[in-house]
Amino acid sequence: MNRLMSRGAVNALLILAAAYTLLPLSWLLFSSTKSLPDLYATSGFAFGDLNLGANLAKVAGEGDGIFFRWYLNSVLYAGVGGAISALVSVMCGYAFDKYAWLGKEKLFGLVLLGVLVPTTATALPLYLLASKAGLVNTFWAVFIPVLVHPFGVYLARVLSSGYVPGEVLEAARSDGAGEVRTFFSIALPMLKPAFVTIFLFQFTAIWNNFFLPLVMLSDQKLFPLSLGLFSWNSQAYAFPEYQTLTITGALLSIVPLLVVFGFLQRFWKAGMTAGSVK
Amino acid sequence: MATTVEAPPPPTRAKPRPSPRRTENWRRRGAITLFTAPFFVLFAGVIVAPLGYALYLSLFSEKSSGLGFGGKETVFVGLSNYLDTLADRAFTDGFLVVAGYCLIYIPLMIGGALALALLLDSGLARLSKFFQLALFMPHVVPGVIAGLIWLYLYTPGISPIIDLLGDVDFLGASNVLGSVVNIALWEWIGYNMIIYFAALQAIPREVIEAATIDGAGALRTAISVKLPLIRAAVITTVLFTIIGSLQLFTEPMVLDNPSDGVVSTWTPNMYAYTEAFAKNDYGQAAASSLILAGLAAALSFFVTRWGNRTR
Repeated sequence: MNRLMSRGAVNALLILAAAYTLLPLSWLLFSSTKSLPDLYATSGFAFGDLNLGANLAKVAGEGDGIFFRWYLNSVLYAGVGGAISALVSVMCGYAFDKYAWLGKEKLFGLVLLGVLVPTTATALPLYLLASKAGLVNTFWAVFIPVLVHPFGVYLARVLSSGYVPGEVLEAARSDGAGEVRTFFSIALPMLKPAFVTIFLFQFTAIWNNFFLPLVMLSDQKLFPLSLGLFSWNSQAYAFPEYQTLTITGALLSIVPLLVVFGFLQRFWKAGMTAGSVK
Repeated sequence: MATTVEAPPPPTRAKPRPSPRRTENWRRRGAITLFTAPFFVLFAGVIVAPLGYALYLSLFSEKSSGLGFGGKETVFVGLSNYLDTLADRAFTDGFLVVAGYCLIYIPLMIGGALALALLLDSGLARLSKFFQLALFMPHVVPGVIAGLIWLYLYTPGISPIIDLLGDVDFLGASNVLGSVVNIALWEWIGYNMIIYFAALQAIPREVIEAATIDGAGALRTAISVKLPLIRAAVITTVLFTIIGSLQLFTEPMVLDNPSDGVVSTWTPNMYAYTEAFAKNDYGQAAASSLILAGLAAALSFFVTRWGNRTR
């Protein structure tokens, strides 16, 4: 009886917590189907007249389809940038794990210090350096800085020691394979889960990045989604119709992420575990 | 970086062919350089150089030349940018805001995430996978969008919460701090919960069984057996939560316009942004970012040390 009651209490609390996290998302879903008057007139958790098609058309039509441009930018910044960043991190972490050299641990300490540097502290001087190099307000101004991910190197080192047994590498070497060949054809395939994990981490970090694009970019065509939606919302005070644009755009920009994370649970959980349980 | 590019040994008594052993060493060195160079070149360009440049900038100031001709010149001002920043009420008020934010946010976040992880780990929870995903979902939502969603949920006329609770002014000066805390809590509670849950799952089951045999109830086991065993995970998350809180920027930026309570220098980061892009005072902006970075480093150091000592 007692156990039954605690079971009920435990699950009730969890349902309450899930309501807290999921209800705002469901509000977004409901609201993106409404016209502007309905947004104010109907309850937040009920459908009004179904207006999703018109909202989508408005999002697509606004500024000559600028929303899709933002989408493409975000995919490039986060997708391509995340992949390059993950490869760079995995290579470096692998070297830290499998080789010995003078001053290695000191260098690794430097990497760990890099984890602690607030990204916002580097954004402003980066802007000034980029403006000297003539890179401000270009694709590269946002793309290059996000390739560095000290935490990824740390994760890669931890995961490499778990996934790649030293004996396999020795075997490859005695078969005459060079170091680089050994890495790409033997170690990297074994490190695939590590790569995906770090990629996911980096992908979310770049997709969520706001400060750097805000500082670097003034050309709307280069905006990532987050900055684009922010700029739409800023116009909503003068032009309320931007409210429906912002809401529908926000929904469109998070749905793919929610789906991807739903499918790749194994990988992000692995990364979070390796990162915290030492 | 320097260590990967070691000076080649002097070629004493050149042999017609290097020994196989030596070629192998060279090959390894080449491989190490090749594997680590991309990261460290980027690291130097994107983290070390900007920090160094910020340090340099923070020691200079732009002054109009005496007669007003010839525009502005850059003069070395020593530490005066730092002193000006520290003496600026707008900056110190920003720290008070962040301190208040931490006081509310960190206990709620850590306590809430721990409680949820312990509930999931209690063996009484159903649908554990579903709850993990449901609680983690908001973390996948970018900060700006999380801010926007909650902004609407705080807006009278649209918000179902205000419909339900009556006339609550979420964006008013006295409530806005709590409203920002709530956004951050929503974004991060599931993330930290997953970390704790993973750490709890790693505890050997025999330990828990031993406690149960000794007569400890579920609550007692959770508090005096499980919690001490995941302290490393807790300390790490506290550390990252503090660093993140100091950088508070995105969520208040989203609330900046609609809320009377949020001013353009509301947090230290917003202050630095305003100094740089509204006032074009790069020296002071650099000084304030560096003070912030230094504080983050110092706090991390103390949290880690405190964590190690009380182990």
